[in-house]
Amino acid sequence: MSRLWGWLLAGLVLVFGWWRRRGPEGEEPERLVARTSPDRRAENAVIALFGLAALAAVAFMIVYALDDGSRDRTQLYGLTFGACLALIAAALIVLGRRLMPYEEFEEDYPEPEHPDEQEAVSQIIRESGSGLTRKRLLLTAGGAAGGALGLAALTPVLSLGPWLQTDSLYDTPWQAGRRLVDEHGAPLHADAIERETFYTAFPEDASQDEIGAPVVLVRLDPRALRLPPERALWAPRGILAYSKICTHAGCAIALYRSPLFEPTAPQPALVCPCHYSTFDPADGGSVLFGPAGRALPQLPLRIDARGELRAAGNFSGPVGPSWQGVRGERPT
Amino acid sequence: MSPNPAVRFIDERTGAAPLMRKVMRYVFPEHGSFLLGEIALYAFLVLIATGIYLALFFDPSLAETTYDGTYAPLRGLRMSAAYQSAIDLSFDDRTGLLMRQTHHWAADVFLVSIVLHLMRVFFTGAFRRPRVLTWTLGVAMLFASLLEGYLGYSVVDDLLSGMGLAIGYGVAESVPLVGGNLALGLWGAPFPGDQAFESRMFIAHVLVMPGLIGALLTGHLALIAARHHTQFRRSPRQTERKLLGLPTFPAQTPRSLGLLFATAAVLFALGGLVQVNPVWLWGPFELAQGTNGAQPDWYLGWLIGALRLMPGFDVTIGDYTLVANPFWGGILFPTIVMFTMLLWPWIERRATGDRAVHNLLDRPRDAPGRTAFGVAFFVWVVLIFLAGSADRVYVFFDLSYDGQIWFYRVLVWIAPVAAFLVTRRICRELQRSDAIQAERERAEREAEQALVVKPPPAPAPAPKAS
Repeated sequence: MSRLWGWLLAGLVLVFGWWRRRGPEGEEPERLVARTSPDRRAENAVIALFGLAALAAVAFMIVYALDDGSRDRTQLYGLTFGACLALIAAALIVLGRRLMPYEEFEEDYPEPEHPDEQEAVSQIIRESGSGLTRKRLLLTAGGAAGGALGLAALTPVLSLGPWLQTDSLYDTPWQAGRRLVDEHGAPLHADAIERETFYTAFPEDASQDEIGAPVVLVRLDPRALRLPPERALWAPRGILAYSKICTHAGCAIALYRSPLFEPTAPQPALVCPCHYSTFDPADGGSVLFGPAGRALPQLPLRIDARGELRAAGNFSGPVGPSWQGVRGERPT
Repeated sequence: MSPNPAVRFIDERTGAAPLMRKVMRYVFPEHGSFLLGEIALYAFLVLIATGIYLALFFDPSLAETTYDGTYAPLRGLRMSAAYQSAIDLSFDDRTGLLMRQTHHWAADVFLVSIVLHLMRVFFTGAFRRPRVLTWTLGVAMLFASLLEGYLGYSVVDDLLSGMGLAIGYGVAESVPLVGGNLALGLWGAPFPGDQAFESRMFIAHVLVMPGLIGALLTGHLALIAARHHTQFRRSPRQTERKLLGLPTFPAQTPRSLGLLFATAAVLFALGGLVQVNPVWLWGPFELAQGTNGAQPDWYLGWLIGALRLMPGFDVTIGDYTLVANPFWGGILFPTIVMFTMLLWPWIERRATGDRAVHNLLDRPRDAPGRTAFGVAFFVWVVLIFLAGSADRVYVFFDLSYDGQIWFYRVLVWIAPVAAFLVTRRICRELQRSDAIQAERERAEREAEQALVVKPPPAPAPAPKAS
């Protein structure tokens, strides 16, 4: 027992001696960083903050482990993870402000320009090309090769297209005789269309996800209509159909200003909720207000023998936002 | 004393000790406003971390499915796989919603801090030689980030993102001469476009744009390190040739790391506690549907305002549409804003003839012309931004929408001029009061000296030991 004690003591002395040897003996080399006075309270605070941060991280993991999906725990995740990060931030800030030396240094700004080096670099470039007799031709040839390579590398981008075939922009699924159906495919009866509300209709047996498909249906007093003469038959019993896609930027016309609030809204209007382009359904979809540059395309309607609504043709103009030359053609 | 083993390990293998020493002694001048750019950097790191996590669960596909998941109100609805995966990761993955909301908040904070940082740099003249390229890269980064944010909320394929894309399509179509081709080329078919458009947006959002922003960021930081920081003249030791500040290590490191963790803490706390973009409430995108009160994320508010403000006309030649309306607000306006900012260093150089190297910062009052222009420009953009909220003002305060729009259409041209004149006047007055203050101090000093000199030569009082 006493032997063991002796060994232990010897070991301790050895460790202590080794420790001491590594300590600041003799004169200290010149310091590079200012000496800071110890601050036990700040040290304790930093240690405590780091400890709490570790606890918050553990709490996050516990919340995760106990989360059986029965309730949303997002708040707890945010709190625990955020707290962990915040506590580390606090610890680092105390560390930086109270325990690390705060000393300002001076440093020279780098030279903004180096004329000698500029000259040397230029000289290297100049002299490297001194053996070339037809510099301009070489540069042109090299430029042609590089430019052609660049164009060739860009050529596959054409596969993204169609870049040149813009006819599809005029496509709509509407044609004379096509029935109007609701989103579930049920035909729309003229009798079911009431005033002071609007309906969304689609072409029967066609995709509803095409820009030319959806129309908005409203019913006005036939005497209040101010349609151009050639559209006199387009609104049987005062039922009007317009493309539901705004001619400004392509959002769906989802607002109908009716019933009216006379002081600010003297007449029924179709309004796009994106930029508030406002169209007059009584006047062939003309623009009342807002940024749209052309009228809402109108779809001619007729009522068939069974009282169902059918298209009597295609829209009065191209559907959706304008592009170059859009006014030129009727939709197909 | 023997070197730290880690330092020796690195230096033995890389020879980087001289570089490490140089980096540790690199000097950061101190000012609170210098931290704005750092906050942007740290928000970017949070964006990358949360974005990688989201990409593990998000399915960028427009394949049609019928929802049958946890969130009852949407059950039975047709939707895209993309939207469904966004709903699923919000409701079924334990930390999915935290990550999604933190990602969204980080994008908003990223752009706020970029804009504030840019304003700090502008109003202090930090963009002048030798830091013009740093400024240029920064402005490019701002616009790349705007596009990146737009792509980010567009890939989700909820109703709001679809409305945003419709507007993007309309704006693309409005480009003179080639708009129709451009829109069809990008979308692959008339709106809502080809199925491949979703994967195109996704790869742009998760690889191309982050890569571009990362490259610009690297260049931005490398140039800052090469040119060193600008500084305010807080002490006479700070000159055009000498900067004074804290070394990277030890002083700046805990401060910067603390800011990194603090930024991340705020973002994750927001992500956990404050709901943002609850996509399950908007529903899946349907071409024929729209929702009232739709607003984009704040950083695109200026564009929606510009689109809404434009009076309704297309430029036509006979039957030919030359310029469709969305071009003005959606393309011309942001292009003017971007190029004004990009070219400002050259504009100012031409206006003032000042081609010198500037390492010392101006206070805003020191350059009344620049400050007045900056304020006027800011007022212009902010008023157009506010015009984008006229629909909300109409709902909450019952002010006529049309009336507000007309008010803004006039105000956006008058207010900047007024702001310019008022700001320039304030700057000049401040300069004058500075001059008066300096003159008074000089006079007082002289008067004191005169008092000391004037009395008859009496034995001067012994200087007090202090």
